[in-house]
Amino acid sequence: MKVERKCKIVSKEWLNHDAVYMVLEVGDMVRTSWKGPGQFVHIKCGDSLLLRRPISVCSCMEDEPEDLLAIVFEVRGEGTAWLANRPVGHSVDVMGLLGNGFTMKLEGRYLLVGGGIGVPPMVGCAQYTAGKSTAIVGFRSQEKAILLPQLEENCAKVLPATDDGSLGYHGFVDALVRQELEQDKSYDAVLACGPKLMLRNVAKVAEEFGVPCQVSMEERMGCGVGACLVCACDMTDGTRKHVCKDGPVFDAKEVDWNA
Amino acid sequence: MPEKSLKSLHLPQPQDFDAVEIIGGSDDWYQPSGSEPVDRSIRPAAPEEHLPLVDMEVDLAGVKLKNPVVVASGTFGFGREYNQFYDLGELGGICAKGLTLHRREGNPAPRIAETPMGILNSVGLQNPGVDAFIEEELPFLRQFDTKVIANISGNTPEEYGIMCEKLAEAGVDMIEVNISCPNVKAGGLAYGTRPELAAEVTREAKAPAGKGPEMVKLSRSITDETELAKAVADAGADALSLINTLRGMRIDVNTGRPILKMNTGGLSGPAVLPVAVRMVWEVACALPGMPILGMGGVSKGEDAVQLMLAGASAVAVGTALFADPYAPLTVRDGLRDIAARKGLERVSQLTGGVKPW
Repeated sequence: MKVERKCKIVSKEWLNHDAVYMVLEVGDMVRTSWKGPGQFVHIKCGDSLLLRRPISVCSCMEDEPEDLLAIVFEVRGEGTAWLANRPVGHSVDVMGLLGNGFTMKLEGRYLLVGGGIGVPPMVGCAQYTAGKSTAIVGFRSQEKAILLPQLEENCAKVLPATDDGSLGYHGFVDALVRQELEQDKSYDAVLACGPKLMLRNVAKVAEEFGVPCQVSMEERMGCGVGACLVCACDMTDGTRKHVCKDGPVFDAKEVDWNA
Repeated sequence: MPEKSLKSLHLPQPQDFDAVEIIGGSDDWYQPSGSEPVDRSIRPAAPEEHLPLVDMEVDLAGVKLKNPVVVASGTFGFGREYNQFYDLGELGGICAKGLTLHRREGNPAPRIAETPMGILNSVGLQNPGVDAFIEEELPFLRQFDTKVIANISGNTPEEYGIMCEKLAEAGVDMIEVNISCPNVKAGGLAYGTRPELAAEVTREAKAPAGKGPEMVKLSRSITDETELAKAVADAGADALSLINTLRGMRIDVNTGRPILKMNTGGLSGPAVLPVAVRMVWEVACALPGMPILGMGGVSKGEDAVQLMLAGASAVAVGTALFADPYAPLTVRDGLRDIAARKGLERVSQLTGGVKPW
């Protein structure tokens, strides 16, 4: 049975001006509802805001007495600012784990592609594959780069890119994905999370090289469990699926990129 | 300057409270013997309240609801999602997601925008169609000890009739006829604002339904809702439900674009509660004795009590679910406690109890 519960903030770190790394004690949430890396939690951000904020899981582990869950989020508005300002020791109201994660083989070899605040779930993916995967991560600039040490620790190779060239490759991640697949396309799949335009371009490159691709989609969300139907995602077969319940991870071939 | 400075003042310390000695008496009243010292940084619990039992059953146009709390159409899917949180039999009734004759994919995203104490939505009646509902969803809902209310929208009066016939045959407890959806061009928009069209739809839906009561959902934020309510009542509606969402818009100031892909959408949530209370009151005054399912911004017991005092026989909880999946149960318990404190035997005694100036 799904539950919402009060979860204690056990640690909080600012990764840069906007991004917060927060670890929560989540009871038996991981033990009871974990399906795979890429799921999300739905957090109530104060009493003056009606809607919860969906935040993807960076990493999580079963633990005693309480499971631990790490999230990384950017301060984008009122809700995320409220959450970022919660002190360690305080509790927040969390629903989770929600949605379906990436479909992965334990210790498979994946090409992990993250853009901006889409990078955190890639850490969980990397941990799951026990160091065999390659990560390609893009940021606007060096100041915005997050979680590189954590990726280094859990990947065979990490290739950063920045829009302004201040760190790593000067340009977008899809160019790096092309470079990598040209050299080696023996990956089990490309797994991507980031802005829609990035996902579309990465999916296109993966398709050219015949490598399966899964993408984690984002949409404005309501209930988080599939009842209110607001987080619609257009599919190639003309139907509209829902990011919270059917996703957030979809097979890239299912998604109508022209919608 | 006075001699005594702040430094010389003695502030009582926590141990002082515990060390208090009652001359000539026992201090058991203060600290039960053998218990841990009290943590005085925490507010002590309120003394336990023993409230009398309240009969929670209500009657909505002949349908007996075990309690007055229903979940609003479009906020609860077909119940499967929230059944992961609690037994659906806890609810007085379930208004299922709005149905159309044929499957609809709804509007493009974004379909939701948050507003001060509310949300705008433009889902656009995404649903699997009435036949799929009867085949796949109704048997699931029927497992629970709760009333099932199907909600329908049609493009023509005939479509309403066909859907009613199918649903009456399949056996739902009640049919809620939606003539007030703000998010579809056909159906809702025209019928919900023109009394003669609303009456035609009501008659068409009434004819085949026959067996089960028909409830018409009003409110397109027109100036005088009572005129429409009267027309629908004269055409044979057994009950009314109101309010539907109110049209609204939110614009992203950086891009100049509306948040919703459809530009406008329906406003719901605590922001609309006072509008709902007013409309329920006006319609209840205009049509004494007409059963009303009141809804709009209900998120706690007190909100539900307001709608009942205004004239509703039962209330629906909708948007509050997105903040708290357990909201309908919290509302039910809050409603029960308020009725008990008022010394009522039956919660239904609240209905129409407002004492206007």
